[in-house]
Amino acid sequence: MDLLSGVPRGQKIEQGGVAFGRRGHMHPILRTVLQRLGLGLLTLFIVSLVIFSLIEMLPGNFAKRILGQAATPETVAAFEKEIGLDKPAHIRYVTWVGNVVQGDFGASFASRVGYKRQVSDLITPRLKNTLFLASLTALIAVPLAIGLGILAALYRNSPFDRIVNSVTLTTISMPEFFMAYILMLFLAVKLQMFPSLASVDADTPLWERIYRCALPALTLTLVIVAHMMRMTRAAIINLLASPYIEMARLKGISKSRVILHHALPNAWAPIVNVIAFNLAYLVVGVVIVEAVFTYPGIGQLMVDAVRTKDMPVVQACALIFAATYILLNLIADIISISTNPRLLHPR
Amino acid sequence: MTAASTEAKIPRARRSKSEMILRELRKAPLTAWFGMIVVAAYVFVALFAPWIAPYGESEVVSDEPFALWSSEFLFGTDQLGRDLFSRMIYAARNSMGIAFAATAVAFLTGGLIGIVSALLRGWFDQLASRLVDAVMAIPSLIFALMVLAIFEQPTILNIILVIGLVDATRVFRLTRAVAMNVVALDFVEAARLRGEKTPWIVLREIVPNIMPPLVTEFGLRYCFVFLTISSLSFLGLGMQPPTADWGLMVKETATLITYGDITPLLPAGAIALLTVAINFIVDWFLHKTSGLRDGQ
Amino acid sequence: MANDNMKQPQREKGSVLLEMRGLKIEGESDDVWHPIIKGIDLTLRRGEVLGLIGESGAGKSTLGIAAMGFVRPGCRFTGGSIVFDGMDLIAASDEAKRKLRGSRIAYVAQSAAAAFNPAHRLIDQTIETETQHGIRDEKTAVADAQDLYGRLRLPNPTTIGARYPHQVSGGQLQRVMTAMAMTCRPDLIIFDEPTTALDVTTQVEVLASIRSIVEQFNTAAIYITHDLAVVAQMAHRIMVLRYGNLVEEAPTREMLSAPKQEYTKSLWAVRGLAKPESPNEDAILSIEHVDAAYGNAVKILDDVSVRIPRGRTVAVVGESGSGKSTLARVVTGLLPPSRGQVVFNGAALPPALKNRDKELLRRIQMIYQSPDTALNPRHRIYDVIGRPLQFYHGLSGAKLEKRIIELLEMIELNESYIDRLPSEISGGQKQRVCIARALAAEPELIICDEVTSALDQIVQEEILKLLLRLQAEFDISYMFITHDIATVRAIADEIVVMNQGKVVQQGPKTEVLSPPYPAYTELLLSSVPEMDPDWLTNLLAKRKVANQ
Repeated sequence: MDLLSGVPRGQKIEQGGVAFGRRGHMHPILRTVLQRLGLGLLTLFIVSLVIFSLIEMLPGNFAKRILGQAATPETVAAFEKEIGLDKPAHIRYVTWVGNVVQGDFGASFASRVGYKRQVSDLITPRLKNTLFLASLTALIAVPLAIGLGILAALYRNSPFDRIVNSVTLTTISMPEFFMAYILMLFLAVKLQMFPSLASVDADTPLWERIYRCALPALTLTLVIVAHMMRMTRAAIINLLASPYIEMARLKGISKSRVILHHALPNAWAPIVNVIAFNLAYLVVGVVIVEAVFTYPGIGQLMVDAVRTKDMPVVQACALIFAATYILLNLIADIISISTNPRLLHPR
Repeated sequence: MTAASTEAKIPRARRSKSEMILRELRKAPLTAWFGMIVVAAYVFVALFAPWIAPYGESEVVSDEPFALWSSEFLFGTDQLGRDLFSRMIYAARNSMGIAFAATAVAFLTGGLIGIVSALLRGWFDQLASRLVDAVMAIPSLIFALMVLAIFEQPTILNIILVIGLVDATRVFRLTRAVAMNVVALDFVEAARLRGEKTPWIVLREIVPNIMPPLVTEFGLRYCFVFLTISSLSFLGLGMQPPTADWGLMVKETATLITYGDITPLLPAGAIALLTVAINFIVDWFLHKTSGLRDGQ
Repeated sequence: MANDNMKQPQREKGSVLLEMRGLKIEGESDDVWHPIIKGIDLTLRRGEVLGLIGESGAGKSTLGIAAMGFVRPGCRFTGGSIVFDGMDLIAASDEAKRKLRGSRIAYVAQSAAAAFNPAHRLIDQTIETETQHGIRDEKTAVADAQDLYGRLRLPNPTTIGARYPHQVSGGQLQRVMTAMAMTCRPDLIIFDEPTTALDVTTQVEVLASIRSIVEQFNTAAIYITHDLAVVAQMAHRIMVLRYGNLVEEAPTREMLSAPKQEYTKSLWAVRGLAKPESPNEDAILSIEHVDAAYGNAVKILDDVSVRIPRGRTVAVVGESGSGKSTLARVVTGLLPPSRGQVVFNGAALPPALKNRDKELLRRIQMIYQSPDTALNPRHRIYDVIGRPLQFYHGLSGAKLEKRIIELLEMIELNESYIDRLPSEISGGQKQRVCIARALAAEPELIICDEVTSALDQIVQEEILKLLLRLQAEFDISYMFITHDIATVRAIADEIVVMNQGKVVQQGPKTEVLSPPYPAYTELLLSSVPEMDPDWLTNLLAKRKVANQ
């Protein structure tokens, strides 16, 4: 589950703990966190290279495609100059990254002479909408999934566990749009509880917004809860099999104390990892769900941009999705590191 | 003194492989049986699509778009007046076949590079791992969208290669991890000390020992690939009309749902049923292989 | 068996504390229940220490924790009774048993590093039982724990409790766990192989601490181990288990001096072997002033020189971290030395594996500690032994098969094994197959890396005998890496003692094993438990004198 590096997490931390303890210049936690931060930045750098060079590999003339086959060479050249396509690739990469760092993703290909549209202007409102939907989902899904997962692990092989296992297995295997349309059919069309399309704009008040987002949020919740719950269950079962849990039982410690005092302090790292992994997964779900409910989020924007071959927008969206993913994992890493007793209390 | 006198444990006669499989099958839970029957049915439909379907794949059979369900057109017709039932059947062939091809691409590339990485370590492994980390930081659907954006009109081969290569990163990760565990074992070192060359070590020492997790992964990966391709088609960026594909068909008939017509749920349900079935089989297989480990 | 107590009045320290009658426990694997404990009677009196001894699969650990009314997940009681101080532990409620555990029956686990919770300080874990059971308040509990740490001779007893488990050594952790078990002054402590994971020199200290504290508080104990010499120091009475059955039960001295069962004698089989040494001036391999390190880290080997005479066995002895396995990696070329060279048959070996040709590789073979990981589980015996024959000697077809069968007979197996997979033969047979694989190359030198330490005693003895026979037959030289002195006596002509990457001593066996010793050799040799119940007592007395 260590998403940022190829080395199994426990092993790496253990080695780190010993090595850093000996050096003793910097607290091992700080050192490891900085190391992870550097690794995250490195990944982000490679991601930006990959995204940039993919677009570079585009076959055929770009400007021509936008302007149509009938465009004269002069118009093509003028357009290329305007969007900066006339410069060599490495220069454009550096300029692009430099601008992106300052929040400037360049001009959309939807720009025309005299009508320049900034990618960041397109993205900002959409990103806000998507973040709203994702947060709403996370707010419901995370506590629900963690709670159910822990219960299933504690009552392993009970009827409750078996039923939950089958149901979640079914849910995770379904495409998001199937779930979305079923919910739409029953809750919007048949029962008319919620609107079937989630159209919001900047002026929609909060409660209205939540009401309109109900169906997309519910769909995403169902998908995420199943995943997250199964992973939580597996992590907790793994934890409960540790020799120190058996030892606690053999010491005559009460069941609730075994869970709260012995299992929980060691459960943060695996649980946080489960949450990060699933929130990152949420990103993919968002694209489909936004399409089903025509929700004006960044997923929809990207799909439209792919359709119209608006490359600066595609690049920007891909970079934002990747950065979110890297950031989530980084946070999870930092939390696991800072709850690791071996690093907290070096030799 | 012979070995047999002190190690009295006489090994039981080896059962043949088919007997073992039969024995396991008999003990399989209901969910696994359900999964196997469903998958078998799908494969049958996919193989014999032209004989089962009453009409052609993109044959316009009615002037009436979105005709209701009838004895003539079992699931009605789509926006162009094509028979939905026939298209559902042909779609089984397209959707399943393409997902299979993409999964195979993912395993051949990702699996091979993963094993070589685990064996060679050093700069090759570092390079491959860093690159894979970066690609994996972009969710596969997003990555596929981005890559498909550079094609004028994605062809089936484009889709297979793009999805296959994107998913190869996930296969790489798993294969590298399991291969790493095997590479650390003494018998691989023994082969090295004997002077064996790398291809022999990969094929004879490592591959046979990482098959169980890879088979499981193939099932799961197939589901993911299937869902990704369906999602792309649903977004209008995957399979292109007039090809019959379940994801695409959901998109084409989606408006019906607002009238309370469940037709769009049919192709969506077809996808769901298949992936659920495969997951049930994989779950059983996982339980089987991990159960053996617990039993020690 | 119930009458055994009559024969040993000197051991009757008190009333009966624990009584098991016809106890049966089953375990599940692959949906099938099979017996682990097959009807065992056990009686333990107050203040008495009972040793449970047996080899892998004997059920000793299962029986030990059953004394707490506990079975591991996947196991169940199927018959018999366990009565602890008048209370039926099988019938008792979970709550009643919970109250008993920790306070009246305590447990000391094999791997202290895994059995301590990494998230809490040692002192908090030590006093948890008493504060949770409401026996003492925290303050007196801490003072008592510190007193116990002191009695167990832990360094800095007042401050060591503030540490976390990963901050102290394995031997110290094992003593902290003993203190933890002792906090409630239980009537009974179960010691489940408490020293198995430790080096011999550390083991002595832990054994001494455990024994003294058990005596101080007159606690009854069940001491589980596979090492008869260890249990002889600790127990008043010993029960020998095999495959879930009782083989023999007797007071310790009686069992050591006059074992009734053949099986009991086999538990110290290796100690009966002794190879007469014979010198040879002709060296097949000499390691000259070798330094080695992994990456740029600390040196693992520091100026190591070792000479292996042709057709003889050199035993490389040392504790974990001594660098003995690294030495093997240098010889095989897996780890090229950073300084020095290895000379084989008069010519310097290329340092790296990839620069050695096939013919050179053939002459040096290796056998590993664990036959389970040394054999590819997917290869049949035919492939395992056949491959080097094919690879080095180009054999194929009928010739290949004939040679494989010859090799199988050499290792005392037969033709019927040729089609089997490693999972279908026993641990000892697997190790034989590994030997055959090495033999197939027709080597001049075989490096044996702890080849017997994963095996049961009697199998160890057979493997050692086989290796000796093959040496006599084919004039093979062995570089034999081990930590076990009994094995050294059984097989070596010469001994190399290593400590922390350096050679402490090298010489003919009799010379190394007789005084005067260099300090480390003395420590190492004196720490190896002997089949004498007074060994530990005498050793401690001797060391005390030496220290004064």
